[in-house]
Amino acid sequence: MMGPLIVFFACAVLAVAGAILLILAREPIHSALSLILVMVALAILYLLLGAEFISAVQIIVYAGAVMVLFVFVIMLLNFGVEERTDFSKLAKYVGVPLGFFLLIEVARWLYESRIGSVVASGAGTVTVAASTRDLSAELFRQYLFNFEATSILILVAILGALVLARKSQ
Amino acid sequence: MGFISQHSVLVASVIKIAVLLFIVMTALAYLTWFERKVVARIQSRWGPYYVGAHGLLQPLADGLKFLFKEDFTPPASDKLVYFLAPFLALTLALTAIALIPFGPPTVHFLNGQQVFLVSNIDIGLIFLFAITSMGVYGVALAGWSSNSKYPLLGGLRSSAQMISYEVSLTISVVGVLLLAGTLNFNGIIEGQSGYWLGFFPRWHFVPQIVGFACYLTAAIAETNRVPFDLPEAETELVAGFHTEYSSFKFAMFFMAEYANMITVSCLATILFFGGWLSPFPASWHWQLYLPGAGLVALGIYCAIDSATRMRGIARLQLGVVAVLALGLGALCLMPWAAPYVQGPFWFTLKVLVFLFFYVWVRGTLPRFRYDQLMSFGWKLLLPVSLANLVITALVLVFPAFTRHA
Repeated sequence: MMGPLIVFFACAVLAVAGAILLILAREPIHSALSLILVMVALAILYLLLGAEFISAVQIIVYAGAVMVLFVFVIMLLNFGVEERTDFSKLAKYVGVPLGFFLLIEVARWLYESRIGSVVASGAGTVTVAASTRDLSAELFRQYLFNFEATSILILVAILGALVLARKSQ
Repeated sequence: MGFISQHSVLVASVIKIAVLLFIVMTALAYLTWFERKVVARIQSRWGPYYVGAHGLLQPLADGLKFLFKEDFTPPASDKLVYFLAPFLALTLALTAIALIPFGPPTVHFLNGQQVFLVSNIDIGLIFLFAITSMGVYGVALAGWSSNSKYPLLGGLRSSAQMISYEVSLTISVVGVLLLAGTLNFNGIIEGQSGYWLGFFPRWHFVPQIVGFACYLTAAIAETNRVPFDLPEAETELVAGFHTEYSSFKFAMFFMAEYANMITVSCLATILFFGGWLSPFPASWHWQLYLPGAGLVALGIYCAIDSATRMRGIARLQLGVVAVLALGLGALCLMPWAAPYVQGPFWFTLKVLVFLFFYVWVRGTLPRFRYDQLMSFGWKLLLPVSLANLVITALVLVFPAFTRHA
Protein backbone atom coordinates (compact mmCIF):
# COMPACT_ATOMS: atom_id res chain seq x y z
CA MET A 1 0.00 0.00 0.00
CA MET A 2 2.95 2.31 0.70
CA GLY A 3 4.53 1.88 -2.73
CA PRO A 4 1.90 3.68 -4.87
CA LEU A 5 1.69 6.47 -2.26
CA ILE A 6 5.44 7.10 -2.44
CA VAL A 7 5.34 7.06 -6.24
CA PHE A 8 2.36 9.43 -6.23
CA PHE A 9 4.04 12.01 -4.02
CA ALA A 10 7.34 11.73 -5.87
CA CYS A 11 5.61 12.32 -9.22
CA ALA A 12 3.39 15.06 -7.85
CA VAL A 13 6.41 16.92 -6.49
CA LEU A 14 8.26 16.40 -9.78
CA ALA A 15 5.31 17.67 -11.82
CA VAL A 16 4.93 20.82 -9.72
CA ALA A 17 8.68 21.42 -9.62
CA GLY A 18 8.85 20.99 -13.40
CA ALA A 19 6.02 23.46 -13.91
CA ILE A 20 7.73 26.06 -11.70
CA LEU A 21 11.09 25.50 -13.42
CA LEU A 22 9.40 25.89 -16.79
CA ILE A 23 8.52 29.48 -15.92
CA LEU A 24 11.70 30.36 -14.04
CA ALA A 25 14.27 28.88 -16.46
CA ARG A 26 15.97 31.49 -18.60
CA GLU A 27 17.30 29.15 -21.25
CA PRO A 28 14.48 28.09 -23.65
CA ILE A 29 15.80 24.51 -23.81
CA HIS A 30 15.66 24.24 -20.01
CA SER A 31 12.03 25.38 -20.13
CA ALA A 32 11.28 22.71 -22.75
CA LEU A 33 13.02 20.06 -20.63
CA SER A 34 10.98 21.09 -17.58
CA LEU A 35 7.81 20.72 -19.60
CA ILE A 36 8.90 17.21 -20.64
CA LEU A 37 9.44 16.43 -16.95
CA VAL A 38 5.87 17.55 -16.22
CA MET A 39 4.52 15.37 -19.05
CA VAL A 40 6.39 12.27 -17.89
CA ALA A 41 5.39 12.79 -14.24
CA LEU A 42 1.74 13.12 -15.32
CA ALA A 43 2.07 9.94 -17.42
CA ILE A 44 3.27 8.05 -14.35
CA LEU A 45 0.33 9.44 -12.36
CA TYR A 46 -2.04 8.13 -15.07
CA LEU A 47 -0.30 4.77 -14.80
CA LEU A 48 -0.99 4.76 -11.04
CA LEU A 49 -4.68 5.27 -11.81
CA GLY A 50 -4.62 2.15 -14.00
CA ALA A 51 -4.99 4.10 -17.24
CA GLU A 52 -2.15 2.41 -19.15
CA PHE A 53 -3.28 3.55 -22.57
CA ILE A 54 -3.74 7.20 -21.63
CA SER A 55 -0.35 7.13 -19.95
CA ALA A 56 1.40 5.72 -23.03
CA VAL A 57 -0.39 8.13 -25.35
CA GLN A 58 0.54 11.02 -23.07
CA ILE A 59 4.21 10.13 -23.49
CA ILE A 60 4.02 9.38 -27.23
CA VAL A 61 2.05 12.47 -28.21
CA TYR A 62 3.32 15.10 -25.79
CA ALA A 63 6.78 14.03 -24.69
CA GLY A 64 7.66 12.07 -27.84
CA ALA A 65 6.20 14.23 -30.61
CA VAL A 66 5.09 17.72 -29.57
CA MET A 67 8.05 18.44 -27.31
CA VAL A 68 10.53 16.97 -29.80
CA LEU A 69 9.30 19.54 -32.31
CA PHE A 70 9.61 22.28 -29.66
CA VAL A 71 13.19 21.27 -28.93
CA PHE A 72 13.89 20.99 -32.64
CA VAL A 73 12.62 24.51 -33.34
CA ILE A 74 14.52 25.95 -30.36
CA MET A 75 17.70 24.30 -31.64
CA LEU A 76 17.08 25.44 -35.20
CA LEU A 77 16.51 29.07 -34.29
CA ASN A 78 19.18 28.98 -31.58
CA PHE A 79 17.60 31.56 -29.28
CA GLY A 80 19.82 33.33 -26.83
CA VAL A 81 19.18 33.50 -23.13
CA GLU A 82 15.82 34.99 -22.30
CA GLU A 83 15.98 38.62 -21.17
CA ARG A 84 14.41 39.41 -17.86
CA THR A 85 12.19 42.45 -17.64
CA ASP A 86 10.94 44.05 -14.46
CA PHE A 87 7.42 43.00 -13.61
CA SER A 88 4.90 45.40 -15.02
CA LYS A 89 3.17 47.40 -12.31
CA LEU A 90 -0.17 45.81 -13.15
CA ALA A 91 1.22 42.29 -12.76
CA LYS A 92 3.02 43.19 -9.53
CA TYR A 93 0.17 44.87 -7.65
CA VAL A 94 -2.90 43.16 -9.15
CA GLY A 95 -1.75 39.89 -10.77
CA VAL A 96 0.20 38.37 -7.88
CA PRO A 97 -2.51 38.93 -5.23
CA LEU A 98 -5.19 37.70 -7.64
CA GLY A 99 -3.13 34.57 -8.34
CA PHE A 100 -2.82 33.82 -4.65
CA PHE A 101 -6.52 34.48 -4.21
CA LEU A 102 -7.33 31.96 -6.96
CA LEU A 103 -5.04 29.36 -5.38
CA ILE A 104 -6.61 29.78 -1.95
CA GLU A 105 -10.10 29.68 -3.43
CA VAL A 106 -9.41 26.43 -5.33
CA ALA A 107 -7.89 24.88 -2.21
CA ARG A 108 -10.91 25.95 -0.13
CA TRP A 109 -13.29 24.54 -2.72
CA LEU A 110 -11.44 21.21 -2.81
CA TYR A 111 -11.39 21.11 0.98
CA GLU A 112 -15.11 21.76 1.37
CA SER A 113 -16.39 19.79 -1.62
CA ARG A 114 -17.20 16.10 -1.52
CA ILE A 115 -14.36 15.18 -3.90
CA GLY A 116 -11.72 15.33 -1.18
CA SER A 117 -13.58 13.11 1.26
CA VAL A 118 -14.63 10.67 -1.46
CA VAL A 119 -11.08 10.27 -2.70
CA ALA A 120 -9.76 9.95 0.84
CA SER A 121 -12.27 7.23 1.70
CA GLY A 122 -11.34 5.35 -1.44
CA ALA A 123 -14.96 5.06 -2.55
CA GLY A 124 -14.43 6.91 -5.81
CA THR A 125 -11.52 4.86 -7.07
CA VAL A 126 -12.11 2.92 -10.26
CA THR A 127 -12.07 -0.76 -9.41
CA VAL A 128 -12.12 -2.08 -12.98
CA ALA A 129 -9.31 -0.65 -15.07
CA ALA A 130 -10.71 0.14 -18.52
CA SER A 131 -8.86 -1.95 -21.07
CA THR A 132 -7.61 -0.49 -24.33
CA ARG A 133 -10.21 -2.58 -26.13
CA ASP A 134 -13.10 -1.01 -24.16
CA LEU A 135 -11.65 2.43 -24.68
CA SER A 136 -11.39 2.00 -28.45
CA ALA A 137 -14.91 0.54 -28.64
CA GLU A 138 -16.28 3.64 -26.86
CA LEU A 139 -14.17 5.96 -28.98
CA PHE A 140 -15.15 4.46 -32.33
CA ARG A 141 -18.82 3.75 -31.58
CA GLN A 142 -20.34 6.22 -29.13
CA TYR A 143 -17.93 9.10 -29.67
CA LEU A 144 -17.16 8.52 -33.34
CA PHE A 145 -18.49 11.89 -34.45
CA ASN A 146 -16.44 13.81 -31.88
CA PHE A 147 -13.38 11.77 -32.82
CA GLU A 148 -13.70 12.50 -36.54
CA ALA A 149 -14.53 16.15 -35.88
CA THR A 150 -11.32 16.49 -33.85
CA SER A 151 -9.33 14.87 -36.66
CA ILE A 152 -10.75 17.34 -39.20
CA LEU A 153 -9.99 20.22 -36.85
CA ILE A 154 -6.35 19.10 -36.61
CA LEU A 155 -6.19 18.68 -40.39
CA VAL A 156 -7.49 22.21 -40.88
CA ALA A 157 -4.88 23.47 -38.41
CA ILE A 158 -2.11 21.69 -40.35
CA LEU A 159 -3.32 23.17 -43.65
CA GLY A 160 -3.49 26.60 -42.03
CA ALA A 161 0.09 26.28 -40.81
CA LEU A 162 1.17 25.24 -44.33
CA VAL A 163 -0.55 28.23 -45.92
CA LEU A 164 0.98 30.61 -43.38
CA ALA A 165 4.46 29.14 -43.72
CA ARG A 166 4.50 29.18 -47.54
CA LYS A 167 6.30 32.06 -49.11
CA SER A 168 3.99 34.24 -51.20
CA GLN A 169 4.72 33.81 -54.87
CA MET B 1 10.25 -16.39 3.44
CA GLY B 2 7.22 -14.34 4.38
CA PHE B 3 8.69 -11.29 2.69
CA ILE B 4 9.39 -13.15 -0.54
CA SER B 5 5.92 -14.69 -0.76
CA GLN B 6 4.26 -11.36 0.05
CA HIS B 7 6.28 -9.27 -2.35
CA SER B 8 6.91 -11.88 -5.03
CA VAL B 9 6.32 -9.36 -7.83
CA LEU B 10 8.89 -6.97 -6.40
CA VAL B 11 11.50 -9.61 -5.63
CA ALA B 12 11.03 -11.37 -8.97
CA SER B 13 11.25 -8.05 -10.84
CA VAL B 14 14.47 -7.03 -9.12
CA ILE B 15 16.05 -10.42 -9.85
CA LYS B 16 14.91 -10.33 -13.49
CA ILE B 17 16.10 -6.77 -14.00
CA ALA B 18 19.53 -7.56 -12.54
CA VAL B 19 19.96 -10.68 -14.68
CA LEU B 20 18.64 -8.99 -17.82
CA LEU B 21 20.91 -5.98 -17.30
CA PHE B 22 23.93 -8.24 -16.95
CA ILE B 23 23.01 -10.21 -20.08
CA VAL B 24 22.24 -7.10 -22.14
CA MET B 25 25.45 -5.33 -21.12
CA THR B 26 27.50 -8.40 -22.04
CA ALA B 27 25.58 -8.71 -25.30
CA LEU B 28 26.26 -5.03 -26.08
CA ALA B 29 29.98 -5.51 -25.51
CA TYR B 30 30.17 -8.60 -27.68
CA LEU B 31 27.94 -7.08 -30.34
CA THR B 32 30.80 -4.64 -31.07
CA TRP B 33 33.15 -7.63 -31.38
CA PHE B 34 30.64 -9.39 -33.65
CA GLU B 35 30.25 -6.31 -35.84
CA ARG B 36 33.99 -5.76 -36.20
CA LYS B 37 34.59 -9.41 -37.04
CA VAL B 38 31.81 -9.58 -39.65
CA VAL B 39 32.76 -6.26 -41.28
CA ALA B 40 36.37 -7.41 -41.30
CA ARG B 41 35.37 -10.63 -43.07
CA ILE B 42 33.38 -8.63 -45.64
CA GLN B 43 36.41 -6.40 -46.26
CA SER B 44 38.92 -9.30 -46.29
CA ARG B 45 40.62 -8.31 -43.03
CA TRP B 46 41.19 -10.14 -39.75
CA GLY B 47 39.45 -7.70 -37.44
CA PRO B 48 40.35 -7.72 -33.72
CA TYR B 49 42.80 -10.56 -33.20
CA TYR B 50 45.46 -9.80 -30.61
CA VAL B 51 43.58 -9.14 -27.35
CA GLY B 52 42.52 -12.63 -26.33
CA ALA B 53 41.98 -15.53 -28.70
CA HIS B 54 40.23 -14.24 -31.84
CA GLY B 55 40.06 -10.82 -30.13
CA LEU B 56 37.52 -12.13 -27.62
CA LEU B 57 38.83 -9.87 -24.85
CA GLN B 58 38.75 -6.77 -27.09
CA PRO B 59 35.38 -5.51 -25.68
CA LEU B 60 36.84 -5.70 -22.16
CA ALA B 61 39.92 -3.75 -23.24
CA ASP B 62 37.74 -1.15 -24.97
CA GLY B 63 35.60 -0.77 -21.84
CA LEU B 64 38.70 -0.19 -19.69
CA LYS B 65 40.05 2.27 -22.24
CA PHE B 66 36.81 4.27 -22.13
CA LEU B 67 36.88 4.31 -18.33
CA PHE B 68 40.47 5.57 -18.04
CA LYS B 69 40.51 8.13 -20.83
CA GLU B 70 40.39 11.81 -19.97
CA ASP B 71 36.79 12.94 -19.57
CA PHE B 72 36.88 16.35 -21.22
CA THR B 73 33.92 18.70 -20.90
CA PRO B 74 33.85 21.66 -23.30
CA PRO B 75 33.96 24.84 -21.16
CA ALA B 76 31.26 26.57 -23.24
CA SER B 77 28.80 23.70 -22.97
CA ASP B 78 25.56 23.73 -21.04
CA LYS B 79 26.76 21.48 -18.21
CA LEU B 80 23.43 20.11 -16.98
CA VAL B 81 22.08 19.17 -20.41
CA TYR B 82 25.53 18.00 -21.52
CA PHE B 83 25.58 15.45 -18.69
CA LEU B 84 21.91 14.60 -19.00
CA ALA B 85 21.98 13.66 -22.70
CA PRO B 86 24.08 10.44 -22.57
CA PHE B 87 22.23 9.24 -19.46
CA LEU B 88 18.90 9.83 -21.15
CA ALA B 89 20.00 7.99 -24.29
CA LEU B 90 21.30 4.92 -22.45
CA THR B 91 18.52 4.73 -19.84
CA LEU B 92 15.73 4.86 -22.40
CA ALA B 93 17.48 2.34 -24.64
CA LEU B 94 17.88 -0.12 -21.76
CA THR B 95 14.36 0.43 -20.36
CA ALA B 96 12.80 -0.57 -23.66
CA ILE B 97 14.33 -4.05 -23.39
CA ALA B 98 12.38 -4.70 -20.16
CA LEU B 99 9.20 -5.06 -22.24
CA ILE B 100 10.56 -7.80 -24.52
CA PRO B 101 9.43 -11.40 -23.83
CA PHE B 102 12.37 -13.74 -24.42
CA GLY B 103 10.44 -16.95 -23.89
CA PRO B 104 6.96 -18.42 -23.41
CA PRO B 105 4.85 -17.05 -20.51
CA THR B 106 4.18 -20.61 -19.29
CA VAL B 107 7.53 -20.87 -17.47
CA HIS B 108 7.19 -19.58 -13.90
CA PHE B 109 9.16 -19.07 -10.70
CA LEU B 110 8.42 -17.45 -7.29
CA ASN B 111 4.60 -17.80 -7.00
CA GLY B 112 3.84 -17.76 -10.70
CA GLN B 113 6.04 -14.90 -11.90
CA GLN B 114 7.03 -15.19 -15.55
CA VAL B 115 10.69 -16.00 -16.06
CA PHE B 116 11.33 -14.53 -19.48
CA LEU B 117 9.57 -11.16 -19.27
CA VAL B 118 10.27 -8.32 -16.83
CA SER B 119 7.08 -6.36 -17.38
CA ASN B 120 3.95 -7.91 -18.85
CA ILE B 121 1.95 -4.84 -19.85
CA ASP B 122 -1.34 -5.25 -21.66
CA ILE B 123 -0.30 -2.69 -24.27
CA GLY B 124 3.38 -3.60 -24.45
CA LEU B 125 3.86 -2.40 -28.01
CA ILE B 126 2.50 1.09 -27.36
CA PHE B 127 4.69 1.36 -24.27
CA LEU B 128 7.71 0.34 -26.27
CA PHE B 129 6.97 3.07 -28.80
CA ALA B 130 6.43 5.53 -25.93
CA ILE B 131 9.88 4.79 -24.56
CA THR B 132 11.68 4.75 -27.91
CA SER B 133 9.95 7.96 -29.04
CA MET B 134 11.78 9.73 -26.20
CA GLY B 135 15.11 8.47 -27.54
CA VAL B 136 15.42 11.48 -29.84
CA TYR B 137 16.19 13.69 -26.85
CA GLY B 138 19.50 12.01 -26.12
CA VAL B 139 20.80 12.85 -29.58
CA ALA B 140 19.17 16.27 -29.96
CA LEU B 141 20.22 17.53 -26.53
CA ALA B 142 23.75 16.21 -26.95
CA GLY B 143 24.03 18.17 -30.19
CA TRP B 144 22.66 21.34 -28.69
CA SER B 145 24.45 21.33 -25.34
CA SER B 146 27.93 20.85 -26.81
CA ASN B 147 27.68 24.45 -28.04
CA SER B 148 29.65 23.76 -31.17
CA LYS B 149 28.88 23.84 -34.88
CA TYR B 150 29.14 20.23 -35.99
CA PRO B 151 27.30 18.64 -33.06
CA LEU B 152 24.45 21.12 -33.50
CA LEU B 153 24.10 20.29 -37.19
CA GLY B 154 24.38 16.57 -36.40
CA GLY B 155 21.73 16.83 -33.68
CA LEU B 156 19.39 18.74 -35.99
CA ARG B 157 19.80 16.26 -38.82
CA SER B 158 19.31 13.37 -36.48
CA SER B 159 16.13 14.73 -34.86
CA ALA B 160 14.64 15.47 -38.28
CA GLN B 161 15.54 11.99 -39.48
CA MET B 162 14.22 10.21 -36.40
CA ILE B 163 10.92 12.13 -36.43
CA SER B 164 10.43 11.39 -40.15
CA TYR B 165 11.14 7.69 -39.98
CA GLU B 166 9.24 7.13 -36.75
CA VAL B 167 6.02 7.79 -38.69
CA SER B 168 6.72 5.04 -41.23
CA LEU B 169 7.99 2.71 -38.50
CA THR B 170 4.79 3.02 -36.49
CA ILE B 171 2.45 2.74 -39.47
CA SER B 172 4.25 -0.32 -40.87
CA VAL B 173 3.61 -2.09 -37.55
CA VAL B 174 -0.14 -1.36 -37.51
CA GLY B 175 -0.72 -3.98 -40.24
CA VAL B 176 0.59 -6.64 -37.85
CA LEU B 177 -1.61 -5.27 -35.08
CA LEU B 178 -4.67 -5.62 -37.31
CA LEU B 179 -3.78 -9.28 -37.92
CA ALA B 180 -2.99 -9.98 -34.27
CA GLY B 181 -5.86 -8.04 -32.69
CA THR B 182 -3.83 -7.34 -29.54
CA LEU B 183 -1.09 -5.02 -28.33
CA ASN B 184 0.37 -7.52 -25.90
CA PHE B 185 3.67 -9.03 -27.09
CA ASN B 186 2.89 -12.56 -25.89
CA GLY B 187 -0.54 -12.30 -27.51
CA ILE B 188 1.01 -11.23 -30.82
CA ILE B 189 3.46 -14.13 -30.67
CA GLU B 190 0.84 -16.72 -29.72
CA GLY B 191 -1.33 -15.49 -32.61
CA GLN B 192 1.43 -16.62 -34.98
CA SER B 193 1.43 -20.26 -33.84
CA GLY B 194 0.31 -22.94 -36.26
CA TYR B 195 1.56 -23.96 -39.70
CA TRP B 196 0.64 -23.67 -43.34
CA LEU B 197 0.72 -27.00 -45.20
CA GLY B 198 1.72 -28.65 -41.92
CA PHE B 199 5.27 -27.35 -41.77
CA PHE B 200 5.54 -23.70 -42.87
CA PRO B 201 5.15 -21.43 -39.79
CA ARG B 202 2.25 -18.94 -39.91
CA TRP B 203 4.42 -15.97 -39.09
CA HIS B 204 3.29 -12.48 -39.96
CA PHE B 205 6.09 -11.76 -42.39
CA VAL B 206 4.29 -13.71 -45.12
CA PRO B 207 1.03 -11.69 -45.25
CA GLN B 208 2.89 -8.55 -44.13
CA ILE B 209 5.94 -8.78 -46.38
CA VAL B 210 5.55 -5.14 -47.48
CA GLY B 211 5.07 -4.00 -43.90
CA PHE B 212 8.16 -5.98 -42.92
CA ALA B 213 10.28 -4.34 -45.62
CA CYS B 214 9.06 -0.89 -44.51
CA TYR B 215 9.69 -1.73 -40.86
CA LEU B 216 13.22 -2.95 -41.49
CA THR B 217 14.17 0.13 -43.53
CA ALA B 218 12.62 2.56 -41.07
CA ALA B 219 14.22 0.72 -38.16
CA ILE B 220 17.70 1.07 -39.61
CA ALA B 221 17.07 4.79 -40.11
CA GLU B 222 15.62 5.10 -36.62
CA THR B 223 18.75 3.66 -35.03
CA ASN B 224 21.00 5.96 -37.11
CA ARG B 225 22.88 3.12 -38.76
CA VAL B 226 24.48 2.87 -42.19
CA PRO B 227 23.17 3.74 -44.82
CA PHE B 228 21.17 6.26 -42.78
CA ASP B 229 23.94 7.38 -40.41
CA LEU B 230 23.94 10.98 -41.59
CA PRO B 231 24.08 12.40 -38.06
CA GLU B 232 27.59 10.98 -37.90
CA ALA B 233 28.74 11.50 -41.50
CA GLU B 234 32.48 11.95 -40.85
CA THR B 235 33.30 13.81 -44.04
CA GLU B 236 30.69 16.47 -43.35
CA LEU B 237 30.17 16.59 -39.58
CA VAL B 238 33.29 15.05 -37.92
CA ALA B 239 31.37 12.71 -35.56
CA GLY B 240 27.99 14.47 -35.51
CA PHE B 241 26.18 14.89 -32.23
CA HIS B 242 28.84 13.19 -30.11
CA THR B 243 31.85 15.10 -31.46
CA GLU B 244 32.41 16.85 -28.13
CA TYR B 245 31.90 13.74 -26.01
CA SER B 246 34.84 11.74 -24.76
CA SER B 247 35.60 8.87 -22.41
CA PHE B 248 32.67 7.07 -20.84
CA LYS B 249 30.02 9.57 -21.93
CA PHE B 250 30.90 8.70 -25.51
CA ALA B 251 30.74 5.02 -24.57
CA MET B 252 27.21 5.58 -23.25
CA PHE B 253 26.05 6.87 -26.63
CA PHE B 254 27.78 3.94 -28.25
CA MET B 255 26.04 1.47 -25.93
CA ALA B 256 22.69 3.20 -26.45
CA GLU B 257 23.03 2.79 -30.22
CA TYR B 258 23.74 -0.91 -29.87
CA ALA B 259 20.95 -1.37 -27.31
CA ASN B 260 18.56 0.28 -29.77
CA MET B 261 19.76 -2.13 -32.45
CA ILE B 262 18.94 -5.04 -30.15
CA THR B 263 15.49 -3.62 -29.27
CA VAL B 264 14.59 -3.07 -32.90
CA SER B 265 15.75 -6.57 -33.84
CA CYS B 266 13.74 -8.05 -30.95
CA LEU B 267 10.68 -6.14 -32.12
CA ALA B 268 11.10 -7.39 -35.70
CA THR B 269 11.39 -10.94 -34.34
CA ILE B 270 8.25 -10.59 -32.23
CA LEU B 271 6.06 -8.85 -34.79
CA PHE B 272 7.03 -10.64 -37.99
CA PHE B 273 8.91 -13.83 -37.11
CA GLY B 274 6.97 -15.46 -34.30
CA GLY B 275 9.15 -14.38 -31.36
CA TRP B 276 10.07 -17.38 -29.24
CA LEU B 277 8.05 -19.85 -31.38
CA SER B 278 10.01 -22.63 -33.01
CA PRO B 279 9.96 -22.71 -36.83
CA PHE B 280 9.35 -26.48 -36.73
CA PRO B 281 6.10 -28.28 -35.76
CA ALA B 282 6.03 -29.58 -32.19
CA SER B 283 5.96 -33.19 -33.47
CA TRP B 284 9.53 -32.87 -34.75
CA HIS B 285 11.17 -33.90 -31.49
CA TRP B 286 14.76 -33.62 -32.66
CA GLN B 287 14.48 -29.82 -32.43
CA LEU B 288 14.62 -30.19 -28.63
CA TYR B 289 18.27 -31.22 -29.00
CA LEU B 290 19.23 -28.34 -31.32
CA PRO B 291 20.35 -25.77 -28.68
CA GLY B 292 22.50 -28.34 -26.85
CA ALA B 293 23.89 -29.80 -30.07
CA GLY B 294 24.76 -26.33 -31.38
CA LEU B 295 26.64 -25.42 -28.20
CA VAL B 296 28.48 -28.77 -28.13
CA ALA B 297 29.49 -28.28 -31.78
CA LEU B 298 30.77 -24.78 -30.92
CA GLY B 299 32.70 -26.24 -27.98
CA ILE B 300 34.30 -28.95 -30.13
CA TYR B 301 35.24 -26.40 -32.79
CA CYS B 302 36.85 -24.14 -30.15
CA ALA B 303 38.70 -27.09 -28.64
CA ILE B 304 40.13 -28.15 -32.01
CA ASP B 305 40.98 -24.55 -32.89
CA SER B 306 42.68 -24.05 -29.53
CA ALA B 307 44.71 -27.25 -29.90
CA THR B 308 45.81 -26.71 -33.49
CA ARG B 309 46.09 -22.97 -34.23
CA MET B 310 46.48 -21.09 -30.94
CA ARG B 311 49.74 -20.45 -29.10
CA GLY B 312 50.49 -19.51 -25.50
CA ILE B 313 47.82 -17.75 -23.43
CA ALA B 314 45.37 -17.67 -26.35
CA ARG B 315 45.27 -21.48 -26.29
CA LEU B 316 44.21 -21.38 -22.63
CA GLN B 317 41.57 -18.69 -23.29
CA LEU B 318 39.97 -20.56 -26.15
CA GLY B 319 40.14 -23.74 -24.06
CA VAL B 320 38.07 -22.02 -21.36
CA VAL B 321 35.52 -20.97 -24.00
CA ALA B 322 35.41 -24.56 -25.28
CA VAL B 323 34.83 -25.99 -21.79
CA LEU B 324 32.09 -23.41 -21.09
CA ALA B 325 30.33 -24.15 -24.38
CA LEU B 326 30.57 -27.92 -23.83
CA GLY B 327 29.26 -27.61 -20.25
CA LEU B 328 26.34 -25.36 -21.26
CA GLY B 329 25.59 -27.64 -24.20
CA ALA B 330 25.49 -30.67 -21.90
CA LEU B 331 23.13 -28.79 -19.55
CA CYS B 332 20.86 -27.87 -22.46
CA LEU B 333 20.72 -31.53 -23.56
CA MET B 334 19.17 -32.55 -20.21
CA PRO B 335 15.47 -33.36 -20.72
CA TRP B 336 14.31 -31.06 -17.85
CA ALA B 337 16.08 -28.06 -19.40
CA ALA B 338 14.06 -28.12 -22.63
CA PRO B 339 11.20 -25.78 -21.58
CA TYR B 340 13.71 -23.24 -20.23
CA VAL B 341 15.97 -23.37 -23.27
CA GLN B 342 13.68 -23.75 -26.31
CA GLY B 343 11.98 -20.32 -26.29
CA PRO B 344 15.05 -18.17 -25.59
CA PHE B 345 17.10 -20.27 -28.05
CA TRP B 346 14.83 -19.54 -31.02
CA PHE B 347 14.36 -15.94 -29.96
CA THR B 348 18.10 -15.33 -29.69
CA LEU B 349 18.75 -17.06 -32.99
CA LYS B 350 16.25 -14.88 -34.85
CA VAL B 351 17.56 -11.70 -33.20
CA LEU B 352 21.10 -12.71 -34.17
CA VAL B 353 19.98 -13.06 -37.79
CA PHE B 354 18.66 -9.49 -37.71
CA LEU B 355 21.82 -8.18 -36.06
CA PHE B 356 23.86 -9.92 -38.74
CA PHE B 357 21.67 -8.23 -41.35
CA TYR B 358 22.44 -4.86 -39.74
CA VAL B 359 26.17 -5.48 -39.95
CA TRP B 360 25.89 -6.91 -43.45
CA VAL B 361 24.10 -3.76 -44.66
CA ARG B 362 26.78 -1.65 -43.00
CA GLY B 363 29.51 -3.53 -44.79
CA THR B 364 27.76 -3.26 -48.15
CA LEU B 365 25.89 0.00 -48.71
CA PRO B 366 27.21 3.56 -49.04
CA ARG B 367 25.61 6.47 -47.20
CA PHE B 368 22.56 8.37 -48.48
CA ARG B 369 22.69 12.06 -49.25
CA TYR B 370 20.56 14.12 -46.88
CA ASP B 371 17.91 15.22 -49.42
CA GLN B 372 17.70 11.63 -50.73
CA LEU B 373 17.11 10.45 -47.18
CA MET B 374 14.25 12.86 -46.59
CA SER B 375 12.53 12.29 -49.92
CA PHE B 376 12.95 8.53 -49.52
CA GLY B 377 11.32 8.61 -46.09
CA TRP B 378 8.40 10.89 -46.91
CA LYS B 379 7.74 10.18 -50.58
CA LEU B 380 8.35 6.44 -50.79
CA LEU B 381 8.40 4.74 -47.41
CA LEU B 382 5.40 6.53 -45.89
CA PRO B 383 3.01 6.05 -48.87
CA VAL B 384 4.00 2.39 -49.19
CA SER B 385 3.42 1.66 -45.50
CA LEU B 386 0.12 3.56 -45.60
CA ALA B 387 -0.99 1.56 -48.66
CA ASN B 388 0.00 -1.64 -46.85
CA LEU B 389 -2.12 -0.60 -43.88
CA VAL B 390 -5.16 0.26 -46.02
CA ILE B 391 -4.96 -2.99 -48.01
CA THR B 392 -4.57 -5.08 -44.85
CA ALA B 393 -7.58 -3.37 -43.29
CA LEU B 394 -9.68 -3.91 -46.45
CA VAL B 395 -8.78 -7.59 -46.61
CA LEU B 396 -9.71 -8.02 -42.95
CA VAL B 397 -13.00 -6.13 -43.29
CA PHE B 398 -14.19 -8.07 -46.35
CA PRO B 399 -13.75 -11.74 -45.41
CA ALA B 400 -14.41 -12.73 -49.03
CA PHE B 401 -10.72 -12.03 -49.71
CA THR B 402 -9.44 -14.34 -47.02
CA ARG B 403 -9.65 -18.04 -47.70
CA HIS B 404 -9.23 -19.21 -44.13
CA ALA B 405 -11.16 -17.03 -41.71
